Amino acid sequence: MIETFNLTKRFGDLTAVDDLCLRVEPGEVLALLGPNGAGKTTAIRMIASILQPTSGRAVILGFDSIDQAVEIRRSIGLLTEHHGLYTRMRVAEYLDFFGRIYALSPEVINERVEDLLKRYGLAEARELRLGHYSKGMRQKLALVRAMLHDPPVLLLDEPTSAMDPASAHLVRESIRSLRSTRRTIIVCTHNLHEAELLADRIAIIRKGKIIAEGSPAHLKRSLLGSPVWELRVANSLDGAVSVFPAGLQPVASGENWLRYQTDDPETDNPRILRAMMEAGLSVVTLAEIERSLEDVYLQVVGRDGVSMVEGT
Amino acid sequence: MRNTFYGARLIASREIRDQLRDWRILAPIILLTLFFPLLMNFTAGQAVDFVARYGADIIGDRLIPFLLMVVGFFPISISLVIALESFAGERERLSLEPLLATPLTDSQLYLGKIIASIIPPLGAAFLGISVYLLGLVISIGWKPDASLLMQILTLTAAQAFVMVNGAVVISTQTTSVRAANLLASFIIVPMAELIIAESLIMFWGIYSALWWIVVALVMISIVLSRMGLRLFNREELLGKEIDVIDVRRLMRHFRRAFVGSATSIPQWFKDVFSTSLRQLKWSILITAGILVLGFVIGLSYAERYVLPPDLIKLDAVGQGLETRMREFGLLTERGLVWILWNNVRALIISTLLGSFTLGVLGQILLMAPYGITGYLTGNVILAGGEPLRFLAALILPHAVFEFPAAIIAGAAILQLGLAALSIPKGMSLSEGFVTALAHLFRVALGIVLPLLVAAAVVEVYVTPRIALWLLG
Repeated sequence: MIETFNLTKRFGDLTAVDDLCLRVEPGEVLALLGPNGAGKTTAIRMIASILQPTSGRAVILGFDSIDQAVEIRRSIGLLTEHHGLYTRMRVAEYLDFFGRIYALSPEVINERVEDLLKRYGLAEARELRLGHYSKGMRQKLALVRAMLHDPPVLLLDEPTSAMDPASAHLVRESIRSLRSTRRTIIVCTHNLHEAELLADRIAIIRKGKIIAEGSPAHLKRSLLGSPVWELRVANSLDGAVSVFPAGLQPVASGENWLRYQTDDPETDNPRILRAMMEAGLSVVTLAEIERSLEDVYLQVVGRDGVSMVEGT
Repeated sequence: MRNTFYGARLIASREIRDQLRDWRILAPIILLTLFFPLLMNFTAGQAVDFVARYGADIIGDRLIPFLLMVVGFFPISISLVIALESFAGERERLSLEPLLATPLTDSQLYLGKIIASIIPPLGAAFLGISVYLLGLVISIGWKPDASLLMQILTLTAAQAFVMVNGAVVISTQTTSVRAANLLASFIIVPMAELIIAESLIMFWGIYSALWWIVVALVMISIVLSRMGLRLFNREELLGKEIDVIDVRRLMRHFRRAFVGSATSIPQWFKDVFSTSLRQLKWSILITAGILVLGFVIGLSYAERYVLPPDLIKLDAVGQGLETRMREFGLLTERGLVWILWNNVRALIISTLLGSFTLGVLGQILLMAPYGITGYLTGNVILAGGEPLRFLAALILPHAVFEFPAAIIAGAAILQLGLAALSIPKGMSLSEGFVTALAHLFRVALGIVLPLLVAAAVVEVYVTPRIALWLLG
């Protein structure tokens, strides 16, 4: 489990992370979203006990990030923002080096290296020096490095950046499967689709502060309002608004369509359909309008990076 | 401890393997290990033949050990490049963070990188020396005596340690190899001067002096490695993103450290006396000891360099004393300003000298007046005078203020000089230095300057009257 209590980091006059309070349970994936320079990487570095907080503290698997930094670093797998591979090494030698740092036996290292290289499609590239790896392969290898010692906590900074769609899919599936093994995972990403696919909860961070937090559905509902439904009819909608059930109002309409919001579609949708049919209108479709996490993000962070809901 | 070496060994062996795959490091090492010693061997043989023709055998005798030192130095000069590459290069390539995220401690990483930077060049240097010596044995039958060989080997190793530790300190202050290379002149220039000095010593034939150089290099190496250990930490390595001089930030930092938590001038003075003096307590004790030592050294020198008794006869001193005092500016306002400025200037010079010599030169300068006082007191004793009367008449009245001022200022200068070795946690090198400077200014303005003003007033108006009373 990861817990942070008023975690704050200042570099001179700059407050990179400001009073960060988080709690991520085992088996849960938290996505940290935010614009560049929001403080995501600094927060991850503090949680990984690489940087010490200016104030506040983090507790990871019961270890204090200041007093038990080595224990924490032993128990986490960190995928850094930059893969930082040693380009003159070959994959087995590289992973053997990191395996030894984590005090794994040669047998365990071999076993895990074989397994992870196969899983991430790197087995065939094992004879290449890492300098010859493509960007995506380097990113996958960095992920393998982070998982080599089978850590119960994974901190992944942009795990699928620079990957082709197939590799990104592979990595996402892998992260999803890790969730089922009760690992605690934090993913920093700019990829909102990825965050929606992977995360149980999302925390949007800006200027070092969390400005919105919750499940994707909760964020959409609380920040964009009730779900929006669209009704399309075969003929003109003239007079349709007047037959709308009491308490429901269209939020937008066209010649043969209209949209409305409801928190209770099970009750309201049949009522609307009944009213439309009684008014002689032929309903073609009634469907919920998909609202993306991008809408939520832009609502929270602002299209120009200026928050719309500061302090939420 | 076993774990520390295990981690350091892992880092070192990886880095050494990596270096041996880089032809840019490997080629000069091979060249300097094998080709260069043979060239030196040839040079030595030719030079010995040439000078023998003119009966100047001594030049040949001195040239061979000198070339031995050069053969050792050239390969270890690569250690500087390797260390800069290992510390600044890894940071620039962003491959350091994955290492920092592992359970390895800062000391393990530091030690591993130091070992990796030293072993290949030092190994190459020793191999080069062996090749050179073997060539000499075969070609002209020259064998070094054990003491000289030991000196050269120790000197070579000590130079490598200084360069590598210096490179670490430099690397922690930069984010790129380019910037580190620019800063490396702070190592290269003093090392070049050292080699010139060593050459002079060797041609002069004072080989025992080389041991003193070894001792000095070991001490510098210890100081630099302490600095390096202090600076090589995760905070410092990841906290610095760009190399810019942010004067405004440093000014703000200075102001914060100078003002402290005080909200009014009386509170600031109270804070200076309580907090700042408490922080200086160990330095105050050391400085007081050093100043007393200065007095004792001066006292001991009196026996070696005795002044003519007439010159310091206390009863004779009293005749015409007032006239001489007035000529000197005592008992006048002009003398007050002159004495105050003289003392302030001495402290400014001590601060400047102490700031880049770990406080040493600052302390030596402060010792000087106490040494002179001790020397004169010793001569008074030798001339059969009463030392207490001499001290009470000419020194003690204003020394009551001047001595504590010198001790406190000296302590703050010592801390300023040592700032680089004991940077407070969470501060960079520049912030640590600015903090120490602000503390120096706090005690200088809050305590030292008022004491010096009081000392000057007493020295100009009170001491002369006491002197006239006791000696006149």
